[in-house]
Amino acid sequence: MTILLFIEQMLNGLQFGVMLFLMSAGLTLVFGVMGLINLAHGSLYMIGAFAAAAVAAATGSFVLALMASLAAAALAGALIELTIIRRLYDRDHLDQVLATFALILIFSEGTRWMFGSFPLFLDVPKVLSGPVTLPGGIQFPAYRLSIIVIGLLVAGGMFALINRTRVGIRIRAGEADREMIAALGVDIAKLYTFVFALGAALAGFAGALVGAIQSVQVGMGEPVLILAFVVIVIGGIGSIKGAFVGALLVGFTDTMGRILLPQIFALFLEPSSAVTVGSALASMLIYILMAGVLVFRPRGLYGVA
Amino acid sequence: MTRETWINVASLAVLLGVPLWALMADEPFIITLATRAAIFALAGVGLNLALGTGGLVSLGHAAFFGIGGYAMGILASHAQSYAPIMEAPFLIEGTKSMPVIWLVAMVTSALAALAIGVLSLRTSGVYFIMITLAFGQMVYYFAISWPAYGGEDGLSIYVRNGFPGLNTLVPIQFFGLCFVILCLVLLLMNAIHKSAFGLALSAARQNETRVLSVGLKPYHLRLVAFVISGAVTGLAGALFADLNRFVSPTMLSWQMSGEIIIFIIIGGVGRLFGPVIGAMIFILLEHTLGGLSEFWHVYLGALLLGIVLFAKGGLIGAFAGREKAHD
Repeated sequence: MTILLFIEQMLNGLQFGVMLFLMSAGLTLVFGVMGLINLAHGSLYMIGAFAAAAVAAATGSFVLALMASLAAAALAGALIELTIIRRLYDRDHLDQVLATFALILIFSEGTRWMFGSFPLFLDVPKVLSGPVTLPGGIQFPAYRLSIIVIGLLVAGGMFALINRTRVGIRIRAGEADREMIAALGVDIAKLYTFVFALGAALAGFAGALVGAIQSVQVGMGEPVLILAFVVIVIGGIGSIKGAFVGALLVGFTDTMGRILLPQIFALFLEPSSAVTVGSALASMLIYILMAGVLVFRPRGLYGVA
Repeated sequence: MTRETWINVASLAVLLGVPLWALMADEPFIITLATRAAIFALAGVGLNLALGTGGLVSLGHAAFFGIGGYAMGILASHAQSYAPIMEAPFLIEGTKSMPVIWLVAMVTSALAALAIGVLSLRTSGVYFIMITLAFGQMVYYFAISWPAYGGEDGLSIYVRNGFPGLNTLVPIQFFGLCFVILCLVLLLMNAIHKSAFGLALSAARQNETRVLSVGLKPYHLRLVAFVISGAVTGLAGALFADLNRFVSPTMLSWQMSGEIIIFIIIGGVGRLFGPVIGAMIFILLEHTLGGLSEFWHVYLGALLLGIVLFAKGGLIGAFAGREKAHD
């Protein structure tokens, strides 16, 4: 394998990791602050993608589509937080899993009912549709590169929000001791709605960005949701930093595993079985990584013991 | 007899009565539905030991359900093509005999549960939920990317496997087989609940510190429960694959794990017959609502949401009242 191909795949891994971070950030915040496990996070990702596809089809503008994805997912997030999710904070995890699983059923079938079973398509904007040449002569799709940039900007914004702003202080205080900050006069209910809507908006945004590479369809959120779970288990639940490190680890491991493993097995197996064994193992690699992390750190890399 | 016992007896009577009625009325499809209900109930009864008694919210039990299914698929497909599974170092051939298939299904899913349990049980709470889900997905993706046994398309067999003395292709006979297995497993679970092991497992759920302080090891108790639970769900998977004469990665999907939990929730968590009633209601809903609307999962979701938010004990809880407290 040439070094150029290697770097290109590293960039693909980075792009995947950045996407996973957008998805995991909300999930880990919601768990850290409210103690809620939210399976319906994948549905918010799907809602963002569908909103973007619908607006792009109506207006032809990709920027408007992205804004629509943020707005739609944040709105849907706020709505379910106000009506259903807030009843679940005091419940045990089983209730949370079931109620949010029920929300997935409702959202998925509701979307299927509104948009039909056929996938929608969201086109990459013309400006970004071609490849760009990076230093060293690497050809890389401009759109994927902009996803990396946008994702890193959002990640930076999240760190700034959590560590530098007043809302961030409240969020961190909420993670540490929610009774205390309620006693100090912070409207905890509003804070919770805000955090949930923020996480939802990030998930919806990720859905819209990925929707332009893949197709926009019902059920697109769940595979990503499960990867996001792997990410936050690796990173440590509740830690934004952990989510970032975990997302990049999973992104790189998955992308590189799919490329490298079949080639490694080809060194000592015949070609056809090398591809079979290699790709089967590659599809399990991130879970093996997760198991490995858990053996040494059952609370994840940055989890509080 | 308590009210719960009456409900339990009634649920078994309905599960047995409906297909018998269907036999008289010549409605083989209803018998198949009842068989599905019995098999789903069995899967739920398996999970209920971990989830209800042990308090282990496993969102990855579809892995065991599917492994059981694939045990059937692999053994039977080798038997029908007369190709041995393995020749060296010793010969292993496929089989069409149900008892052998069940044994293999239970052993393989128990081993899978042991491997997953050893790692997952190091954690608890929400970590446990996510990790079992992730391991379930691992098995799912493995099944999809491994082409030898159908990959994404799954594996079908031509003729249902045989059981000595029965013609399993006759719907009522196959139903009878599944029903008897369900009853036997219910008896076994009842015995486990009353045994010292069952009480200790239940105690580990209620108060881990106390269990530790009397010298019991919650980790070991939970691991044993998880393995038994996986084996029973694997047996249900083998039966389910035999019912459809087809096994595919769908059986391993995480929606399947969610559905197995739903059976338990509708009926009542930790109740012996909770999954039996839950599975019957689920099949009833699937059949009636599925006929009314293509989008019946919306109603299922709404019902589930209602049960979780407003009726915690499930149906048995609503009719039989609170469970007797042991402490």
